[in-house]
Amino acid sequence: MKIKILPLIIISLSIIVFIIFFKGLKNSNIYTPNVNIEKNIPIFTALSFDEEIKINSNEIFQGDKFYLLNIWSSWCMPCREEHSFLIDLSKNENLIIVGLNYKDKKNNALSFLSKLKNPYNFIFLDKDGTVAIEWGAYGVPETFLIHEKKIIKKVVGPINQTSFLDIKKLLK
Amino acid sequence: MKLFKYLIIISLILGLNFLYAQDKSLQTKITKNLRCLICQGQSVYDSDSEFANSLKIVVKKKINEGLNEKQIYYFLKDKYGEWILFDPVFNKNTYFLWLLPIIMFVIGGAIIFKIFIINKN
Repeated sequence: MKIKILPLIIISLSIIVFIIFFKGLKNSNIYTPNVNIEKNIPIFTALSFDEEIKINSNEIFQGDKFYLLNIWSSWCMPCREEHSFLIDLSKNENLIIVGLNYKDKKNNALSFLSKLKNPYNFIFLDKDGTVAIEWGAYGVPETFLIHEKKIIKKVVGPINQTSFLDIKKLLK
Repeated sequence: MKLFKYLIIISLILGLNFLYAQDKSLQTKITKNLRCLICQGQSVYDSDSEFANSLKIVVKKKINEGLNEKQIYYFLKDKYGEWILFDPVFNKNTYFLWLLPIIMFVIGGAIIFKIFIINKN
């Protein structure tokens, strides 16, 4: 009787291992950020784009208005694609659009804004990319919709028609 | 007395050097255990991507702020999820991963023990 238990254990163990590895094959091995968590926004201090003075994030994100934090850069091509959506959103009175200028040169950023219009109510500077990490971002562009100091929606990559409509729906 | 002063100065310099080296090695240790999210198979330490370079600065800042290794991992795990750590933490999602080799070792050992020692007797 004892001899029959052993092969049984071996077979069942190898089946378990096989199932685990087989399931593992289907898992994505690329980093996929979780976009559905409601998280408190980070508190940070960064330079402002216009005057280059230190400003605490608490001075910007307050009240019960909606805020849209958009990480952008003049060298990032997808940022140009999503820019028209941002311009459209900036017409909404309930929404304050805050930019985070990521690892950019000031002159390039200024000409980017003058060419494509400026949708931002306020812009933070992020010269070394550390503020973007506070937000849990890992590239440009990335957009966060904020309400009552909580991130209610996160868009990784450029805003497209669907995410644009989602944001508009949430604003109502 | 002069000799004493020199001794203090020398020990201070040596002491600070020692501290600096330790900070650097802690930063290296932490960044080696962080996965670069853009350049998958690489660690943040090995990578030279924009993201990895920024993350190195963040780790350095956090060390200077006085956070220890675990707190820095916790901070980054909160931002990016468990995926950013190369060394997975022991919890309900990973206990099988950690325990499987031990189980296999025990069972394998039992089999070998049975075949070679008990059967021989």
